[in-house]
Amino acid sequence: MTGKQYVRPVQSNWWLQKRSYTLFMVRELTSAFIAGYSIFLIVMVYWASQGNEPFTRFCDGLKSPLSILLHLLVLAAALYHSITWFNLTPKIMAFWRGEEKVSDGAIQGANFVLWLLASAVVAGIVFAVARG
Amino acid sequence: MAKTKEPIWWSLFGAGGMISAVLTPITVILTGIAIPAGLLSIEAFDRLIHHPLARLYLFLLIVFPLFHGAHRLLFTLVDLGLKGMRGTLAVVLYGSAIVLSILAIVLLIRLSP
Repeated sequence: MTGKQYVRPVQSNWWLQKRSYTLFMVRELTSAFIAGYSIFLIVMVYWASQGNEPFTRFCDGLKSPLSILLHLLVLAAALYHSITWFNLTPKIMAFWRGEEKVSDGAIQGANFVLWLLASAVVAGIVFAVARG
Repeated sequence: MAKTKEPIWWSLFGAGGMISAVLTPITVILTGIAIPAGLLSIEAFDRLIHHPLARLYLFLLIVFPLFHGAHRLLFTLVDLGLKGMRGTLAVVLYGSAIVLSILAIVLLIRLSP
């Protein structure tokens, strides 16, 4: 394209003007909390590689009120991400059963079932290994 | 050029979105609630984290969500009016995701059982 292009001015607070826009922005920002948790996991792996004693000290830090508060914030963001993500999936991907399109509700339901099952399996394995 | 690279970033974003949607909440509950509450002993957790499957799990849960975050933050910042800086932001955000991923992989490999 040549010549001048008209770019409609956008105010940076557009997302505060409508509830649905604000929720969209909240959803986008949950990814920052989740990426932050990835960085926390990297730090955790680093301390695990330093031997038992440093790792135990790191884990003792997990018991501090600040750590628990941050974890609860991340958990809230992560849950919001999970719910919005599972509800969005049918809009991103279409699944076909023969000639018929699988309904949005069925895909969303399958996602939530997968989520609960995976969470139960992870918790089950962790506690089984911990006890064994 | 930017158009042809888009699917790579998008599939990393999609994988990260799915992996974190399924696995992040339970993992946050483990490190943020189960350990402080004493439901999972530090000793057992130390043993567990060295297991090859635990390291593979951590690889998935660290690397893909980083690209998911980079992708969403890039578009959020562009939507907030930083459209002119899109190229720079993309380099910084995806670059950070790449550097942190390499760091995570090196640390996870060094974390031998």
